[in-house]
Amino acid sequence: MNEAIEVSDLEVTFGHGTKSFKAVQGVSFTVPFGQSFGLVGESGSGKSTILRALSVLVRPSGGRLQVAGGPLPLHPPKTFRRRVQLVFQDPYASLHPRHSIDRILREPLEVHGFDRREERILQSLDEVGLPRRYRYRYPHQLSGGQRQRVAIARALVLEPEILLLDEPTSALDVSIQAEILNLLSDLREARQLTYLLVSHNLAVVAHMCDRVAIMSQGKIVEVTDSRHLRTGTFTHPYSQQLWASSQGYFRDPAVLDVG
Amino acid sequence: MTSISPEAPLLEVEGLRVSFATQRGLVEAVRGVSFAMGREKLGIVGESGSGKSTIGRALMRLVPSPGVVTGQKLKVGGKDVLSANERDLQGLRGGKIAMIMQDPKFSLNPVMRIGTQIEEAIRMHRRVTRKAARAHAMEALLAVRISNPERVYHCFPHELSGGMGQRAMIAMMLSTQPDVLIADEPTSALDVTVQAQVLAILDDLVSRRGMGLIMISHDLELVASFCDRVLVMYAGRIVETLEASALSRAVHPYTRGLIACLPRLSEASSRLQTMQRDPAWSQV
Ligand SMILES: Nc1ncnc2c1ncn2[C@@H]1O[C@H](COP(=O)(O)OP(=O)(O)OP(=O)(O)O)[C@@H](O)[C@H]1O
Ligand SMILES: Nc1ncnc2c1ncn2[C@@H]1O[C@H](COP(=O)(O)OP(=O)(O)OP(=O)(O)O)[C@@H](O)[C@H]1O
Ligand SMILES: [Mg+2]
Ligand SMILES: [Mg+2]
Repeated sequence: MNEAIEVSDLEVTFGHGTKSFKAVQGVSFTVPFGQSFGLVGESGSGKSTILRALSVLVRPSGGRLQVAGGPLPLHPPKTFRRRVQLVFQDPYASLHPRHSIDRILREPLEVHGFDRREERILQSLDEVGLPRRYRYRYPHQLSGGQRQRVAIARALVLEPEILLLDEPTSALDVSIQAEILNLLSDLREARQLTYLLVSHNLAVVAHMCDRVAIMSQGKIVEVTDSRHLRTGTFTHPYSQQLWASSQGYFRDPAVLDVG
Repeated sequence: MTSISPEAPLLEVEGLRVSFATQRGLVEAVRGVSFAMGREKLGIVGESGSGKSTIGRALMRLVPSPGVVTGQKLKVGGKDVLSANERDLQGLRGGKIAMIMQDPKFSLNPVMRIGTQIEEAIRMHRRVTRKAARAHAMEALLAVRISNPERVYHCFPHELSGGMGQRAMIAMMLSTQPDVLIADEPTSALDVTVQAQVLAILDDLVSRRGMGLIMISHDLELVASFCDRVLVMYAGRIVETLEASALSRAVHPYTRGLIACLPRLSEASSRLQTMQRDPAWSQV
């Protein structure tokens, strides 16, 4: 009961028959309440698909998912939607293009019957460092990083218990990133939140997460803790390679021939 | 690597300004930006919302309405972009300049298969048979480290992961062989291993084909190790220009502040340092 997220032998298959593709191939991990778990690894290895399965946006083809202490409902009730929030990797696609930022933040508050909406909207804008006047803009009138902050604000405004964060700071300059990561850390401490964080930035994951799974080709190759992630102590060669590449851009002649 | 002195600059930008009229007043996204670029890798870093993507769009003449672009000079390969008509622009965007947009999935056609989109781009720039275009498209996908190009060729954009969408976009832009490539956060959704391989491709195009590359990125370490020079933007203006390798010795307080905010893999800290922004930084 003290696991916020329990993923057992998860499989996700897209398409049918000979055209089918198994994006997630038997993935298992658990995240206790109040902890922060990182998913890193290869582009296309199934990280976002796992988050989508946990938000009931794709249906698994196998395995078991438990979220917030119970099996994942097929048709989640409103309360589930509030307690578990996903911040999408692709903020543009997840924000309604014809809704103002004000409406994007207000509607979920209305749906879930929150009081003091005005105050909450302003507070959430402040928290993600967006000037209050931006609430009257539309998504296309914002920069990439400003849109990403709207997506984070929309998730936080519902005061969820479990946050699924897909590359939440990849479009932000490092000073805004630092503010958002500090905010997430503070919230986790104050409200015992649980985070599942996907990022390609190993330093961000090491800073935010207690434990980390390294993924490649639909599978977890290794689970480790942030201490080992920092020192680059791994058992699997893929993890080692990933860590080595994170040390900045060095021209590797071996890479050249294939390009 | 040192920057090639721009003898015949690929890009000349002088006094570029871009503003948007909104119901609640004028938004000045770019407020007087000047720089020149040769056959080099020029990084642009800076605040979120400081106008980086807008500069890229202005160079392509793709600033959406009601945006207004003005300036003393805006030239790509000697051709004036500001006064160009629709036909000149098509020629420019065809061979001279291309841009990898920050939201790749948004800029790909959502109802067209990836392979078809890359083929169309190829056939627009080179006279090749359908069959040859297909072979080129497969090659381009393999080059950006798509491990299963057959499958991805037949995918629609929504069926790709974030990083696969970025790579599809890169493959498409490279097949047009531009003289200047503006890459807006081209590798932010790539794992570091694939990122290094994609950067090596871009690096080659600059050193072998003499392309000019503008690399917009928030990744300071990447820009410092990959680019030749770096422009630092704050509130619509360039506040500092540096040799990339000298980024750690930046003098502007905004740039120095940025570096201090970086989380580092080698050292644990309970809180990240944040920045006190000085209103004076955004004054002219
Ligand atoms: N709707 C879909 N239809 C078909 N295939 C899909 C679909 N969604 C995802 N996939 C495939 O599943 C695989 C995993 O994608 P996913 O988005 O989970 O990767 P990821 O690990 O998040 O990668 P990235 O780091 O690049 O964002 C990819 O090969 C992708 O093409
Ligand atoms: N159509 C528009 N109407 C009003 N303001 C706009 C419009 N488009 C962009 N802006 C504003 O112009 C400024 C510059 O935007 P731009 O996208 O160039 O920023 P950026 O430096 O690329 O930021 P990021 O790093 O977050 O992507 C932002 O403050 C943005 O809100
Ligand atoms: Mg993803
Ligand atoms: Mg941008």
